[in-house]
Amino acid sequence: MAEAAIELIGINKSFGAVRANRDINLQIAPGTIHGIIGENGAGKSTLMSILYGFYQADSGEIRVNGKPTAIRSSNDAIAVGIGMVHQHFMLVENFTVLENVILGAEGEALLKSSISKARSELRRLEREYGLEVDPDAVIEELPVGLQQRVEILKALYRGAEILILDEPTGVLTPAEADHLFRILGQLKQQGKTVVLITHKLREIMAITDTVSVMRQGTMVATRKTAETTVEELAELMVGRRVLLRVEKGEAKPGDVKLSVRNLSVKDSRGVVMVDDVSFDVRAGEIVGIAGVAGNGQSELIETIAGTRRATSGTVTLDDRPIDVTGNADPAELRDRGLAHVPEDRHHVGLVLAFEEYENSILGYHDKPEYLKGPFLNIDAIRNDARDKIEKYDIRPADCRLKTANFSGGNQQKIVLAREIEQDPGVLIVGQPTRGVDVGAIEFIHKRLIAMRDQGKAVLLISVELDEIRSLSDRILVMFAGRVVGERDGEASEGELGLLMAGVEGKEAAE
Amino acid sequence: MSTPYAKLPRWADYGLIPIINLAVAFIVAGFVVMLVGENPLRAAEILIQGAFGKGQNIAYTLYYATNFIFTGLAVAVAFHCGLFNIGGEGQAYIAGLGVALACLAFDSVLPWWATFPLAVIAAAAVGAFWALIPAYLLAKRGSHIVITTIMFNFIAASAMVYLLVDVLKPANSMAPQTRDFLPGGQLPKLGWMLEAFGMSVRSAPLNVSFLLALVMAFLVWVLIWRTRLGYEMRTYGFSPKAARYAGISETRIIIITMMISGALAGMMALNPIMGDQHRVQLDFVTGAGFVGIAVALMGRSHPAGIVPAAILFGVLYQGGAELAFEMPNISRDMIVIIQGLVILFAGALEHMFRPTIQTLFASISPRSVGVGVAKGEGV
Repeated sequence: MAEAAIELIGINKSFGAVRANRDINLQIAPGTIHGIIGENGAGKSTLMSILYGFYQADSGEIRVNGKPTAIRSSNDAIAVGIGMVHQHFMLVENFTVLENVILGAEGEALLKSSISKARSELRRLEREYGLEVDPDAVIEELPVGLQQRVEILKALYRGAEILILDEPTGVLTPAEADHLFRILGQLKQQGKTVVLITHKLREIMAITDTVSVMRQGTMVATRKTAETTVEELAELMVGRRVLLRVEKGEAKPGDVKLSVRNLSVKDSRGVVMVDDVSFDVRAGEIVGIAGVAGNGQSELIETIAGTRRATSGTVTLDDRPIDVTGNADPAELRDRGLAHVPEDRHHVGLVLAFEEYENSILGYHDKPEYLKGPFLNIDAIRNDARDKIEKYDIRPADCRLKTANFSGGNQQKIVLAREIEQDPGVLIVGQPTRGVDVGAIEFIHKRLIAMRDQGKAVLLISVELDEIRSLSDRILVMFAGRVVGERDGEASEGELGLLMAGVEGKEAAE
Repeated sequence: MSTPYAKLPRWADYGLIPIINLAVAFIVAGFVVMLVGENPLRAAEILIQGAFGKGQNIAYTLYYATNFIFTGLAVAVAFHCGLFNIGGEGQAYIAGLGVALACLAFDSVLPWWATFPLAVIAAAAVGAFWALIPAYLLAKRGSHIVITTIMFNFIAASAMVYLLVDVLKPANSMAPQTRDFLPGGQLPKLGWMLEAFGMSVRSAPLNVSFLLALVMAFLVWVLIWRTRLGYEMRTYGFSPKAARYAGISETRIIIITMMISGALAGMMALNPIMGDQHRVQLDFVTGAGFVGIAVALMGRSHPAGIVPAAILFGVLYQGGAELAFEMPNISRDMIVIIQGLVILFAGALEHMFRPTIQTLFASISPRSVGVGVAKGEGV
């Protein structure tokens, strides 16, 4: 066997008392696609940051192509041929593709020669790997899929032989993701080594040759992809058996609880974000809204929940209107039984600097049971918070702990506990499992199904197609602010994927 | 990725770090003193003696601290709501008008204990009004609160000069000030409290408003951490988006918070006017509004931190005055430099030593840091 492209030996890294990586050993064979999978906080990103020189390991050795190498900065990493495509793109938005590609490799003071060199080099890369991008396009005008391609080009332009991709498909449509995988396949054929970090099991199964599983900072297993199964990987990630698809019975839809008619919303720049959207949500059903991030779903639920103003249209809750075009008051909507789990729990759903119990009443702090005159009834609030902690298995079970110190899954449980325990008639949920580990996902999904079975109306928004498909009784697909199709919960992924990409409903059905 | 720094235990957060910052500030100040050719240890001794040496010195220190407690609380309350009220100076200055009106109207008919509550209400009302205008402009028009409150400092200064020169000045007087208040407009001194310990206080101006300041510090604590209003203020301060989500009215919370802040700043006027000079003079605030910013920063916007921070600045004021008097090479401006260093290290460079200390703590006792506990026991 050839020398490993990358070999990690005994890597340790701690942040304060947190041991993000413990004694990691890993060999990545050249010319392969190697997947690294694990829950959020398992230490994947830390490990890759060490490899790319953002962090220094406390101990351990990195060997690149068999040679022990010290990587102290990203420049060192680039020098030994390691390139990285970050989850959040590191591109200058108002520069052109070409300008971004030469960023950090500008050459001399005048850019003329390096630009023309880059232009011919880009053409070569385009031919070899099918990475078509217009070199003179401005980044902010490109769709996300193409921006990612620019990131890959940037790495290749610097001579990367080993390419690390961190959660590359989070922002892509299924079609864009497929295209990305084809590009990765081509890179492999040309002898490049690809390291793919993800928490999506499906991607691992689809394109990797080898897969390593991380859990709580340790490398728990490495498998040949062909010799493993999704179930085994999930179990390795979580450390116990997990239900990947939630069990749910038939929906028994009742009366219309929430009714949206001809709703249109513009953002602060006057761009139409939601365009003439109408739908109903009935008691006892989960309606899922699928779509690639940024197609108006966020604006839609913010408007219904009263935190954003609509330009036109009506929304009724239990047949009484919500003043969506005027001053809808989220507090009043809560009183009327509309609960809202916002997409962004870090800035909207929670105040991270608060202690846990303080967040357990956010939005419900006007309720008499939490007050004594103008004063907060701290004892009552804490007891209430402790009850929720127990019921939702929020860990650590400490209502005095600062919310920022809970993991993503537990933070989401704090929000869900708060909203669900108020026994609302309608629950609006945005990205319920974003940044949440597999174990907590299962719990959250069960809770949402239980809400439905109690006869509540649930409106679900998620960019995870799997989540929409496994939970929803009806699925609406949004594209460019419009609802472009409605399907039942059994719709195939391919069909939904086409709708999400904006292919018209009729064609998609064929 | 979680933050690389662990959380510190409370006592280190609120006690150890400020002390380290302060120590560094004084070491650097010591070098400055050496630079002008004086002995820093001797200077420190004079400073401390000047602030605490005799009963009279202590009384002066606490008198100055009273001003800073009020203005520090004013800045802190606004800060909890994410608002930076730079206008304490102007709010306190214009509130002098409220104190003046209450005292001039009632000092001949009421005893001090009846005038005092009226003057408190008048000072708070005028201070609140002066903060209300910038608050309204922010809430309704989006004007930046830092800019408007600074401008209102100048407007307050000009307005008070006009009032004192043209309106409040008694006839046949050359000085731009009100007439002297009668005993009904004079607050009792607190010298007896120190004299009870056998100290001599003589005519030092420490007065009843010091006790009012302490009561206010307690009430601010109650407001911020124990009331629904305080909860809403903190929510808005940490995250306006979360406040919107929680149905907290932005306009309402900004206006109420700024009015409370202005009222606290306004109460500062009681101390020099009713407690000491017994008349309203030009520039009686003498920068206390701005020192309040430093006090709030140093006290980490917590009343339990603000009171000691205010006393520290009282020490620098009182001890500094003695120092300038005793050491010819150290001018009044040198004292300002030392104050500046304290503000620099305690306020602006607050996070300079934090990472090191956090790493130190994490390595000594992992159990004391929240992050480790949370991660270790996560799902």
